[in-house]
Formats: sequence, C-alpha cells, structure tokens
Amino acid sequence: MTLTLTRAGRRAAHGAPPARWRGKKVQGWLYAAPTAVIVGVLFVVPLVLVVWMSLNRWPLLGPARFNAPDNYARIADNPLFLDAVLFTLKYTAITTVLLSSVALGLALLVQERRPGVGFFRTAFFLPGAVGFAAAALLFYGMLNNDFGPIDPMLRALGITHEPVKWIGTPNMALFSTIALVLWRFAGFNMLILLTGLQAIPVEVYEAARSDGAGRWQIFTRITLPLLRPTLALMLILSVTGSLLAFDQFFIFTNGGPDNSTVSMVMVAYRDAFFRFDLGGAAALSVVLLVGLVGLNTLMMRRLR
Amino acid sequence: MTRHLTLSALAVLFLFPLVWSGWASLEDPSDYLEMARFGEGLGTYATNSVLVSAMTVAGTLVVSALGGYAFARFDFPGKNLLFLATLAILMVPYATILIPLYVLLGFIGLQNSLVGLSLVFVMFQLPFALFMMRNAFEAIPRELEEAALVDGCGTFRAFSRILLHAVRPALVTVGLFAFLASWNDFFAPLILLNDGSSFTLPVAVVSMTQRTFGAIDYGMLQAGVMVMAVPCLVLFIVLQRHYVRGFMSGALRG
Repeated sequence: MTLTLTRAGRRAAHGAPPARWRGKKVQGWLYAAPTAVIVGVLFVVPLVLVVWMSLNRWPLLGPARFNAPDNYARIADNPLFLDAVLFTLKYTAITTVLLSSVALGLALLVQERRPGVGFFRTAFFLPGAVGFAAAALLFYGMLNNDFGPIDPMLRALGITHEPVKWIGTPNMALFSTIALVLWRFAGFNMLILLTGLQAIPVEVYEAARSDGAGRWQIFTRITLPLLRPTLALMLILSVTGSLLAFDQFFIFTNGGPDNSTVSMVMVAYRDAFFRFDLGGAAALSVVLLVGLVGLNTLMMRRLR
Repeated sequence: MTRHLTLSALAVLFLFPLVWSGWASLEDPSDYLEMARFGEGLGTYATNSVLVSAMTVAGTLVVSALGGYAFARFDFPGKNLLFLATLAILMVPYATILIPLYVLLGFIGLQNSLVGLSLVFVMFQLPFALFMMRNAFEAIPRELEEAALVDGCGTFRAFSRILLHAVRPALVTVGLFAFLASWNDFFAPLILLNDGSSFTLPVAVVSMTQRTFGAIDYGMLQAGVMVMAVPCLVLFIVLQRHYVRGFMSGALRG
C-alpha cells in the first residue's frame, strides 16, 4: 500500500505520464530491430525475389534472363503438374475427412477428466513429438515385407496370404501414406479439438440433459455447433498441410509407383533441383501461394 | 468398460510403431555401430543437428524476447505493419519461400551453411514466438518495471534484470517449439544444404534409404529413427505441460 502511494506521489511530482518509455520511439525500434531484420531479409525479400524469379529464365547455375511469361505458360503444358494437382486434391480430401473424424473421435473419448485419461492423451499425442521425417522412415521399415512386423502378423491372423504391396501400387501407396499421416497427426488435431471442447461450459450440457436430450442429440445440437470455430481451424490447418505435402511422398513413396504419388510441391522441387529450372519452380510456387491464400480466405469466410 | 477397451486398443495402435522401432533398432546393437560409421559418421550429423537446434533456439529466444518487449511496451512507427508482416509468414507455403531463400543465401554467402539454415528456422519460428512473448510481457503488471525505471534503471536493465525472469514459462515454451521444429525439419536442410558433411540428422538418415549400392539396412534405419526421435520424446514428456499450455495460448488464437 505504501509503495503504491509513494509511486503515485512521485508520478504526480514529475507530472509525467506513467509510461515514460512509451514516448521513446527510438528505443522501441531498437528492441524491434532484430525482428525487423529477420522478417525483412529472410521473408519479405524472398517473397519479392520469388515473383521476380518466376519472370526470368533462372538456371541453377549461370546468369538469369527475363522471359516472362514463359515460366507460367509452361505450367499448363506440364503433364506431371496436372496429374500432381489432381493427386494432391484427392489426397487432401481423403486426409482431411479421415483426420478430422479420427481426431474428433479421440477427443470425445478423452474429453472428460477421469483417472487414467492423461495416459491415453499422451499415448495418442506421442507420435506427434516424433519428427515427420523420422515417422516416415519408421513406417518405411515397419511396412517392409521382409523386415517389418505387419506382414507376418497379417499372415498369422489369416487375413493375407501373400506379401502386401504397401507402396507397390498407386492405391496402396496412397493408403499407406494416409495411415502414416493419421498416426502422426491425429493426436495433434485431437489436442486442438480438446481445447475447443473444454471451452464449452458444463452448464450448457447440464441444461440440455435436464431437458431430456439424449447423447446423440447433445452431440449434434450442442457439441458440433459450439465446436465450429475449432473445427474450422483444424480444417484450415489440415487442408493447408495436405496441399503442401512433401516429406511423406519424398521419403515414404518417393513419388512412386510410376509418379502416381507426386504432390504439387514435389513437382516444384524436381523442377528446381533435378531440372535445374529455378524460374519454373518459382512460377509454380507463386501459383501455389496465390491458390492457397485464396483458398484460406474463402474457407475462413465460409466457416466462421 | 467398452470405453476402456476402445481406449486401450487405440493406445496399443498408437504406441505400437514406436515400441516396434525401438525394439527393431536394438535387436542387433551392431546396427548402431554401423550407423555411427555411415557416410560422414553419425557424430558429424548429430553435431550439425545439435548446432543448428542450439542456434535456432538461442536466436529465436533473443529475437522474440526483445521483439515481444517492444510490441508489449513501446509505440513506434511501423509497429502494426511489422507485426502483420511477421504473422504473414504463417500464410506463405514453406516451399514457396525456400527456393528464393536458397538463391538469397547464395548472394550473402550463407548457402550450405548451418548459420544460414538456423536463421531461416528463426524466421519460421517468429510468428508463434513473437506472439507468445508479446502476450507474456503484456501480462506483467507495468508497476513491476515502473518501480525499476523510477529508481534509475534504463529500460534494458529493467528488461534483463526483472522482466525476463517474469516471462520464463513463455521462454521455455518458445524454446521447446523452436527445438522440436529445427531438430526434426527435413525440407529446409534438404534444400539449403548441399554438402554431405553439413547435413543434419533427418537429411542424413533419409539418404540411407536412397543408397544406390546394395540393399537398405533396415535395422540401421530404425537405429537412425531412434536417434532422431528419442530426444524429442524425452523432452516432450518432461515439458508436456509447457507444450500443451503454449499450444493453447499461442497456436490457437483462432
């Protein structure tokens, strides 16, 4: 109490506003300078550069030459890219639906604080602490016909009789990749949904129950509508992540078999570092950026 | 009862791959010895990973603590613009920005450099880190530093002596996120590093699967997976509380 009084007294004596640092613009800038340098040099400049590169013939080595709009025109003629767009959209749709459903199921199962629930939450989330590259390599070994445990187990149970081509056919490669993504990301999305579920006041549930609402009614009439903002966030994260998928296809399927699992980002990567065409890759990146920003804006409008 | 059975079955499903990988890597301990000699040697790759993670964590902490303080306590021209530009990093696809970054780092002599890679990681961490730190500083009562300022401390002394202690939980969260991201990332080092001796663990271990001669040694591969995963699993379990709290306050501003 005395402290507050003294300080108030001093403040009155100086006649200065309490925040004497607020006027010090230069000091504020000094503290913010490292942020400004990092964001300016490593984000704003590359963003401008990628647009400039997309307007130039830009080989990996050697001088660049202005050639707009060749890089963009070539995108339409690139059959690999058109296939990649279709494949990436298909992958995004399947992954998003499955991931949201699994995550919602898990979140509902571990929603209530009961003894032991903490263990299950950790168990479901733990794969999320493993890096995605490590997770892809783990599945690469686990699904190997000779080394992995899955094939022998399926055979012992009599479910299969021959080695399963986990990444040997286009459909199986997609299936296995989605299994990997579900394993790695379901817990993470569960955590997002749990925060949303916990924000729903208990009173709302109690009121519904005393009005005689059943479990299913509570779920569809209360939980889902009130969870909408969180579900929207999860959908946006999942769609964005899936459209930009790279690691899983690069490491796990290597785009195969027969280029059936080449994602859009992978085409840009191959353009840049296998075909040494940085300009073409930049044009693809700009298209990707514009598409993604547009899509996210649209989703935020529709879902909110 | 059904609930518990479902939960247990699911837990087995989620934990099985981790348990299997650990077991497969230990089945023949010589896999670890063999992996230690792979390529430039495990020691080189692990050292690179540790260096990159340490520089990323340190850089992210310094930049975001100073920046968070600036955004919480000062008014300066361009403040909102800088904050929006930082948050815009979240909107831009990783892949879009890495190819020009590769060219740009070449211009400033940081291509194929662990320092360059760490700076890029710091940039990617900034939206989350700056947001967390700004909120943490804003939550501190102004009286705490006013007292110090009135007693003749400069703002920097108030910041370093008093405020940094008060935001320690946020610093731990930001540091943990920066570590997990830089330790595990595959795409950025794949593009920005092109010399085998500067590879980080994810790039080096993935290259084991792309050997042109001979069969892939799966036991060795799982040993590599464990070397990458175990530090993260341990850190996550120890700091779980920070992770979940930071996640809710930072990643989920909605």
